[in-house]
Amino acid sequence: MRFARFCGMTALGLIAGTLAAQAETKLTIATVNNGDMIIMQKLSSAFEKANPDIKLDWVVLEENVLRQRVTTDIATKGGSFDVMTIGAYEAPIWGKQGWLVPLDDFGADYDYADLVPQVKDGLSVGGKMYAAPFYAESSLTFYRKDLFEKAGIKMAEKPTYAQIAEYANKLSDKKDGIYGICLRGKPGWGENMAWLGTAAVAFGGSWFDEQWKPQFTTEPWKETIKWYLDVMKKDGPPGAAANGYNENRALFATGKCGMWIDATVTAGYLYNPKESQVADKVAFAPAPITDANPKASGWFWSWALGVPASSKNAEAAKKFVQWATSKDYVKLVGESEGWIAAPPGTRMSTYSNPEYKKVAPFADFVLNAIETTNPAKPTVKPVPYTGVQFAAIPEFQGIGTTAGQDVAAALAGSSTGDQALAKAQASAERTMKQAGYPK
Amino acid sequence: MKTKPRDKALMTLLGWGVAFIVFFPVLWMALASVKTELDAVATPPKILFRPTLENYAEINQRADYLKFFTNSIVESVGATLVCLLLAAPAAYAMAFFPTRKTKDILMWMLSTKMMPAVGVLVPIYILAIQTHLLDTWAGMIIVYTLMNLPIVVWMLYSFFREVPKEILEAARMDGATPRQQLLELLLPLSLPGIMSTALLSIIICWNEAFWSINLTASKAAPLTAFIASFSSPEGLFWAKLSAASLLAIAPILVFGWLTQKQLVRGLTFGAVK
Repeated sequence: MRFARFCGMTALGLIAGTLAAQAETKLTIATVNNGDMIIMQKLSSAFEKANPDIKLDWVVLEENVLRQRVTTDIATKGGSFDVMTIGAYEAPIWGKQGWLVPLDDFGADYDYADLVPQVKDGLSVGGKMYAAPFYAESSLTFYRKDLFEKAGIKMAEKPTYAQIAEYANKLSDKKDGIYGICLRGKPGWGENMAWLGTAAVAFGGSWFDEQWKPQFTTEPWKETIKWYLDVMKKDGPPGAAANGYNENRALFATGKCGMWIDATVTAGYLYNPKESQVADKVAFAPAPITDANPKASGWFWSWALGVPASSKNAEAAKKFVQWATSKDYVKLVGESEGWIAAPPGTRMSTYSNPEYKKVAPFADFVLNAIETTNPAKPTVKPVPYTGVQFAAIPEFQGIGTTAGQDVAAALAGSSTGDQALAKAQASAERTMKQAGYPK
Repeated sequence: MKTKPRDKALMTLLGWGVAFIVFFPVLWMALASVKTELDAVATPPKILFRPTLENYAEINQRADYLKFFTNSIVESVGATLVCLLLAAPAAYAMAFFPTRKTKDILMWMLSTKMMPAVGVLVPIYILAIQTHLLDTWAGMIIVYTLMNLPIVVWMLYSFFREVPKEILEAARMDGATPRQQLLELLLPLSLPGIMSTALLSIIICWNEAFWSINLTASKAAPLTAFIASFSSPEGLFWAKLSAASLLAIAPILVFGWLTQKQLVRGLTFGAVK
């Protein structure tokens, strides 16, 4: 009798357990290992508490690995992930392919009007938002005010590339291990070419003309590459062809660089004494311009959360995306992690929050940089694509990475700038022809 | 001929030098794992620093090490067992009953190792989706088995060839069936070789990163995916990455240390003879 009761209880327990497991929805979230995403992972227990029927599983990967992983999965309709962290490059391309679930039904509480319009537009196709912005960035010129004072120079309010080259020359003190300027040299469409593509726009250039002809051998690109190679060879750190964003950030944070032109999102780290030895010596100015394009204002990028059409739990996934990109989430980060850690660049309300402005002296500057960038009309001459440091077409990754390798070779001294551009042009023309452009 | 004491000292010094060079990356990784992120990226590198365990604490907070560790154990040991089960009869047949095409088959098997893995990523990914093996132990065991099979067959083939044919002939004379010859004679005789093959297979599976990162998500991800999760495009991560790497290689390092005699024997008497 006792045994029968034991069996009965066990069976009941098993059934209850199975039912509970069935009622629970498991979401697999793929994300990158950036500071803001780590905070999201840390705070996600609040979401699980508010939604006890949803459990979150995290897959955290390095950016390039993540990109390869989620691209394979979404293109083959693998369904491994319910939420994907994607960038402003992927969102419009994948949205157009029908690979992402539209995210424009979050309701009034979500306050779509509060999203920075440029950021929202960059993640939309045909008026439909396919990924919700998590944080956004443009580029700035970071500099060391102590070194500027020591050299007896003053940063211009809106510096030109010619002025930056002059400053770099005056700041360099290679004997003491101080390099006038640090810029990206590591090859890759998201590394050196993100920087050079933005500079080329400031010099009046573009990736393609209206007929989709690659523009690497045009005058603006030649001037850009000449400026870049001259200044880097004269005043840049040794082995710059291996330096990407992270390496430059480490160099600047340890006091080795006089200036560094890179992502606005870095401001929060450079002002944080735990991450930077020069926290009290950093200042910033806009990204440089030239007379050819005095309106140029740096690049434009956003990290966003998308729900793949292959997800079996799309509704629960949308619920999570809505939570992680809401005003309430920004507030949660501000209150639990400190307002300096609030995800930047996505919501206007963040920039009108006095608590954020108090700890982030760069706040208005960053918002202005993002607002004045127009990825829909990025260049002086009209172009058929969107994006500043990239062109939102599937072929661009290959073109950008090949060109990046050619330019890195020139920086390392194994070819000239003109040779690198000619090679990049030939390769890009071949790729575009194979892809059937102009379409 | 006797070695001069001076030569002996020189050889010893050279041996220690080479050992230090080989060991240095692991030592540097261990040092970086107990530095702060800023100390880890300092130039010139910091030799003297205040050690900290904060990286390990953060890793423990952010990821479930035990889950990744269990997946690594199950997948590498599982794949090695399946591999040995398939490879032993194949190597036996090729070593003792060779045909004109045996050498060609062996070379063809080896040639499959020369193909870049990424070339077959999409077909294998689609197969894994359709067979519901994506992000499962079974899927990873199958992929690792296929990946290691050529090497394991080659190694076992070399070990089996070392066994004198006469012993098997004598067994045949006494009426032993091929199955009995394999199970009761050949396998016990070449056990050291089989063990070193198994060890090498486990190590290869443990260190494999391409397939494990691409074919797993949250359920079956092994320690290589655990390491990859601490590399970042934005921010300082060397110290945390070093700590994660050390945690990932520690079990296989201890395992290799304990079994080094068998490993060395396998490598010197086996396929690379």
